[in-house]
Amino acid sequence: MKKTGAEILIECLNEQGVDTIFGYPGGTILNVYDALYKNEGKIQHVLTSHEQGAAHAADGYARSTGKVGVCFATSGPGATNLISGIATAYMDSSPVVFISCNVAENLIGKDSFQEVDTTGITSPITKCNFLISDVNKLADTVREAFAIARSGRPGPVLIDMLKNVTAEKAEYKFLPVEKHAQSGKLADLLKRASHDLKAPEVDQSDIDKLVDMIKDSERPFIICGGGVVRSRADKEFKTFAEKVDGPVAITVMGAGGIPGRHPLATGMIGMHGTQASNIAADQCDLLISVGCRFSDRVALNPASFAKNAKIVHIDIDRSEINKNVETDHHIIGDAKKVLQLVNKGLRKQSHQEWKDHVFTYPIETVYDEDDSKLTPKQVLSTIAKLAPQDTIVSTDVGQHQMWAIQHFHFDYPGQLLTSGGFGTMGFGLGAAIGAKVSHPDKTVVHITGDGSFRMNCNELATEEHYKLPIITVIFDNKTLGMVRQWQTLIYDKRYAETDLHRGPDFVKLAEAYGLKGKRVTNVKELKAVLKQALKGDVGYVIDCVIDTDEMVRPMVSGGSHITNFLAI
Amino acid sequence: MSENKLQTLAVLVENEAGVLSQISRLFSRKGYNIESLAVGTTHDPTISRITIEVNADDDRAELLCNQLRKMIPVYSVKLLSHNNSIRRELVLIKVKAEDTIVRNEVLQIAGVFRASVIDVSVDTLTIAVIGEEEKVNAIFDLLKQHGILEMVRTGVIAIERGARMITEETKEKDEFDFGKSVI
Ligand SMILES: Cc1ncc(C[n+]2csc(CCOP(=O)(O)OP(=O)(O)O)c2C)c(N)n1
Repeated sequence: MKKTGAEILIECLNEQGVDTIFGYPGGTILNVYDALYKNEGKIQHVLTSHEQGAAHAADGYARSTGKVGVCFATSGPGATNLISGIATAYMDSSPVVFISCNVAENLIGKDSFQEVDTTGITSPITKCNFLISDVNKLADTVREAFAIARSGRPGPVLIDMLKNVTAEKAEYKFLPVEKHAQSGKLADLLKRASHDLKAPEVDQSDIDKLVDMIKDSERPFIICGGGVVRSRADKEFKTFAEKVDGPVAITVMGAGGIPGRHPLATGMIGMHGTQASNIAADQCDLLISVGCRFSDRVALNPASFAKNAKIVHIDIDRSEINKNVETDHHIIGDAKKVLQLVNKGLRKQSHQEWKDHVFTYPIETVYDEDDSKLTPKQVLSTIAKLAPQDTIVSTDVGQHQMWAIQHFHFDYPGQLLTSGGFGTMGFGLGAAIGAKVSHPDKTVVHITGDGSFRMNCNELATEEHYKLPIITVIFDNKTLGMVRQWQTLIYDKRYAETDLHRGPDFVKLAEAYGLKGKRVTNVKELKAVLKQALKGDVGYVIDCVIDTDEMVRPMVSGGSHITNFLAI
Repeated sequence: MSENKLQTLAVLVENEAGVLSQISRLFSRKGYNIESLAVGTTHDPTISRITIEVNADDDRAELLCNQLRKMIPVYSVKLLSHNNSIRRELVLIKVKAEDTIVRNEVLQIAGVFRASVIDVSVDTLTIAVIGEEEKVNAIFDLLKQHGILEMVRTGVIAIERGARMITEETKEKDEFDFGKSVI
């Protein structure tokens, strides 16, 4: 049947089983919104306050469900407002399909109103992007975009459609997702990779080699990276870790890959890693990284990282091998599949002495605590204690983010939504909205700092309008805490532009948006508000007053050796 | 770290709009200046072959190749060593040749280098020469004294010696295809 480009787009989203779109309309994308209107609510659309919020929401949806998120924006400023959101998804390998429209063909290249080179701008921050100027290619391209976003190493894909394409007609025939790989561009892509419609296979000899290396090791150590979370390989990973019987550290992206209080878990590794994790990395004789790319925040000094160990790198992306750290062996494949194969060949090992040694070092930082004030750890422990165990947590970026990972103890993939690779302040509320929309029955807590919250608190309007009772917890230290911490430790306490003794009053702000707000200064007050908030009737903003000088500990400064603690 | 040298990358890509700019942008993003670039379709019109020369040490060159291999529109990438590959470039040079002595001299130089004279005017001669950098540089140096008016080069193209091919199925290629899989 002949349909317009806009209708074909919506049909293709139906093919994919898309249930939610986050977005913002405008001139060039009007036809698409019209088609969505006529689609009669089969797909829910969430209108955010800002395109950045929509991008983060689609990303939060993708991270928490494991499905592909979808985000719409109009041309020009609509598209450029997405940029931080696209880059955030790209750095953390989150599958989101972004759909923007551009000016019509006869206006392209004339600096027309709201014209911008969207595919050019987004090329370095997407896994792939497409400019569609021929309506006959639309359906095929949308199918390709979803397949690329979700498979291999996942990531954001952008489709930019010219406005005339949304109005022009082409023949459209429904094609179920299972058949997509057999038609059009996808079939060509598969043929050229000589996969012939079956998923690629892991090389068994690589697996055998790893099994032998594990058997030969006396001090094995494992890093759980974002790949474990992305591939939802938590069960396989737990079995693997228990068979290897070595300490396991998480990266920021790997939180939830192994239960946070598992007896082998040593907590985070890297710049704010625990002493146990960082010292284990330094002293182990075999380091196995699963889905972690040894970023500068993890390896710190690549030359001295795990210098006493053979390093094994398991990753789906071959270009990560030897990129940041030189490795001794690598296995390419999906974490779930690789670990299944390794588990099959590996007998249970035992390394009691090595574990005992590592666990003599702290796996969690201790703070001076009393009832008169709130420490970051108290806030997090209180939430963890009162909230349901499967509570989804999103964070912004800064000290509060590190504290959340250190003290909340995440148990399953998709439980923590945080911008690890790009460090995008303002990510948290959008991500929480995406998570709450897709998990209405779960509690969603948004952990933020007073700086980050100011960036995108406009999304409280979205939270209120769609009745998404998210609990925002502000670590209100009246400063850009993480930057101040560096100024304290490295810049001789010259606090340039990090003071935040300024408005707004967050309690009144919440109320202005139609939500509940409360300021708390000790655990008792916090407990009382949390109990109210957890009833889940209405969104809450809890303003936790904490000390300006509180620091994230331990800390190793960038580029230093991993055990060179600046503060413990 | 090994020393910087001119590295030659052969890249097979989808023949689609925007792919070339994505590739060249990758180089500028990583801080490399492209010394030479040649593009054209292959025996399969849906596939283009790009030959790129950059100054980089061996490790960085390998990393650049890996970043290219990761891109969806890229089929395969090979780093071609000077020993194992045949390299050619076409250069057109327009020289000032107003009097007969100069004219004869230029014609003589062209003869020695087996370059052909492809255009003649009262005041100029235009010469086409095909070869590797050394040959091109040598003729350039000799013609310089007579005054070069214009010069244009296609950029180096290169192909491996013997039976080896850029499309070879290797374990490494399989590994890269994993990250780009679409199922
Ligand atoms: C968009 C953006 N701008 C700037 C930064 C740099 N930055 C990193 S942490 C930080 C401070 C964050 O302050 P706040 O949100 O109050 O959190 P805190 O560290 O106090 O917990 C800043 C400015 C960033 N990560 N993202």
